[in-house]
Amino acid sequence: MNETELTRTNAVPPTAADAAALERTWRDPPGLLGWFCAINHKAIGQRYIVSTFVFFVAAGALALLMRIQLARPNHGLIGPDLYNQLFTVHGTTMMFLFAVPVMQAVAIWLLPPMLGARSIAFPRLNAYAYWIYLFGALMLFVALLLNVGPDNGWFSYVPLAGPDYGPGKRADIWAQMITFSEMSGLVSAVVLIVTILKLRAPGMTLNRMPLFAWAMLVTSLMVMFAMPSVMLASTALIMDRLVGTHFYNPAEGGDVLLWQHLFWFFGHPEVYFIFVPALGFMSHIIATFSRRPVFGYTAMVLALVATGFMSFGLWVHHMFATNLPEVGKAFFTAMSLAIALPSALQIFCWLATLATGKLWLRTPLLFVLAFFFVLVLGGLSGVMLGMVPLDLQVHDTYFVVAHLHYVLIGGAVFPLFGAIYYWFPKITGRMMSESLGRWNFWLFFVGFNLTFFPMHLLGLHGMPRRVYTYPPGMGWEGMNLLATAGAFTIAASALLFVANVWRSARHGEVAGANPWNAGTLEWATASPPPAANFDAPPVVHGREPLWQASEEPVQVAGLAINQREVLVTTVVEARPDHRVIFPTPSPWPFVAAVATTVLFIASIFTPWAVVWGSIPLVIVLIAWFWPTREQSRQEMLLERSP
Amino acid sequence: MTMPLSRSPAGPASRDDAEWQLQRSQADVVAAGAALDVSALPSFGFSHRSLMWWGTAGMMGIEGSVFALAAVMLLYLRMHAPVWPLSTLPPALMWGTLNTVVMLTSAVPNHWTKKSAEKLDLRRTRLGMLACLVWAAAFLVIRWMEFENLHCRWDDDAYGSIVWLLMGLHTVHLLTDFGDSFVLAALLFQKPLPARRFVDVSESAVYWYFVVLAWVPIYGLVYLLPQPWQAG
Repeated sequence: MNETELTRTNAVPPTAADAAALERTWRDPPGLLGWFCAINHKAIGQRYIVSTFVFFVAAGALALLMRIQLARPNHGLIGPDLYNQLFTVHGTTMMFLFAVPVMQAVAIWLLPPMLGARSIAFPRLNAYAYWIYLFGALMLFVALLLNVGPDNGWFSYVPLAGPDYGPGKRADIWAQMITFSEMSGLVSAVVLIVTILKLRAPGMTLNRMPLFAWAMLVTSLMVMFAMPSVMLASTALIMDRLVGTHFYNPAEGGDVLLWQHLFWFFGHPEVYFIFVPALGFMSHIIATFSRRPVFGYTAMVLALVATGFMSFGLWVHHMFATNLPEVGKAFFTAMSLAIALPSALQIFCWLATLATGKLWLRTPLLFVLAFFFVLVLGGLSGVMLGMVPLDLQVHDTYFVVAHLHYVLIGGAVFPLFGAIYYWFPKITGRMMSESLGRWNFWLFFVGFNLTFFPMHLLGLHGMPRRVYTYPPGMGWEGMNLLATAGAFTIAASALLFVANVWRSARHGEVAGANPWNAGTLEWATASPPPAANFDAPPVVHGREPLWQASEEPVQVAGLAINQREVLVTTVVEARPDHRVIFPTPSPWPFVAAVATTVLFIASIFTPWAVVWGSIPLVIVLIAWFWPTREQSRQEMLLERSP
Repeated sequence: MTMPLSRSPAGPASRDDAEWQLQRSQADVVAAGAALDVSALPSFGFSHRSLMWWGTAGMMGIEGSVFALAAVMLLYLRMHAPVWPLSTLPPALMWGTLNTVVMLTSAVPNHWTKKSAEKLDLRRTRLGMLACLVWAAAFLVIRWMEFENLHCRWDDDAYGSIVWLLMGLHTVHLLTDFGDSFVLAALLFQKPLPARRFVDVSESAVYWYFVVLAWVPIYGLVYLLPQPWQAG
């Protein structure tokens, strides 16, 4: 290879030969070994999305088991010990291993093409975050199968989870699962922030950035400041259990409420890590299927940012039943009501968009319309729970279970399903079946309300949550049976979804680049996109580039095509700033994740694992970051000083 | 692919597009008809221009949150405690104070290294990195003495637990910063040496400042707060 060959750049317009060269440069290596070396954000994103859905189905199966147990009074199918593990692993999985990571996973796949970028920032680190997530999630389910599944509820309160009341390794498994999933989530957050701020196409100023990117920027910043709280809390918990510290031990000056403060300082923003990305999905789907840009872009962005800030001022409303000062509680009641305002603002902007647009009623829009119904109900019960007197009455009852499922499923899972139907053609190149999609939607919508609406009433009638059975004659039988019937309807709907994905990925109608005639950049490239996302990186002139008349310049030229060269732009204005070479596929992220897993899991059994476990990890990390001579030489061929 | 719209998009008009190309200070980007030629752009940039700077800023944001929350934990536990320390003696001031002074003086070689890297001066950058390593080794040795003179164990009571947690967290940062600087210094002796390595040195210096500055409030919480004169 001579020097001119090494610095060959892309042509205007891109030629087929250039596209083929780019593909060779950017694709992941083939074969089984290559599979472990993959770092392309689409490969990692797709694995990540599939993994989160596998755990979604697994946690759903656990819920189904619980519903079968509760279908009639004094049912003897599942004993209390297993039941405790079931609801703990169900909640833990849904929150930590499905809802939060699935949003990051979709963003990892989607943001680079949506922003006009060749790659995600730090692709190797991104692969590492995925493997860490996967190993942590597998650990939890292996523990459940071995009958050491955590059993203290998804928020693992002390003293129940502490050394005195939680013998065995169950609470340690939970605490270490937190370490895995939060570490992965934090790394992904940094990767996404840098991608959003520095890798946007030239011309895509912050003021033109798609709303999903805004939503992920806000979410990722929230993750950065909230997730450390639960990591610190669970580290203190595992240390109390393993090395005899006294953070939560009142006898030695510790405090049990400290756990609740730290957990919910993370836990309430966490609800918004799930909800805010879904708001981004909503904006895209509503714009496309109303055939017009979303009404009130600036208000939408400000509402997202406001939601992000306010979500940090709500945590005590999970602690209204504790002995905190009443004045303090009043503040948190006020904040809990106030956060409805930015959400309402967005809802009104969407309604204005829908009302003035030309509606095209396809499956993605159905899921989005259901959001309005379900989330508003969940929001209303939330306003009720925000009031201290009512909260005290229904605390720890099925009313809370109903509320949280209305908010989380209505606010996040409905839009997420809509998003999968919407972006599936981009990911696979094929459309999902519309008729199966409608069945999927209606079964889910009906099943969801059948399952969870009666739980409001069960809660008001005094049925506590987290009981494995109940005596007859309480007046709870009928509604429990109805909820179980609803759960089976949801299961049928989920099966249809899986069948639809499976069938459509193979035999679905070929989609083409832009099957919905949408306006954002990801639809400008082929479906599925080439390894480098675009044959020529685009230049952006407005918010909905594909809905505007073409303007010059249309593309970037002068980037190497046989090197992984990427254009870095400025944060606010997205002006071209410099070119940088991105890393090549590597097995080290996978190996580093294995070394990290050994350290984390071994430290459940001996604290010394933190010492000896870090030795292989350090060696692997050095190997990961050590550049080869050839890499340095090639990089220098393209070098130019500022 | 372009779709005619009945309503004009809500986005701003693209009047300023031509402007932003012309206004670019470096004037390195050439708009040649359909394409924006970026081949003349530099291949690296310091400070907030670089991806690494933003990645490091993200790490500092996360770790800063961890430090801040651990500090709040300490203040929370102290708020509920009748006396502080609960049952042990306060730490000896000498080693912690000495380390604070050593850490603050490390700003000198750190700053010098950063400036040398930004001037792409290899000889000075290498020297600076080696000097920084000497300082980092000094922190670690003195840190060992600090642990010896805390006068409490992590399992004595909640005071001991939170003091060891804060000290442990910070020591992990000293260790990783030492390791990171060591690897970077070694890479500076590798050939060929891409200029991007200077950016890495510059970012590493920013992280160093962070580790040193994070220490100052921890010093106050661990060493000054439990002293007898604070009790009144």
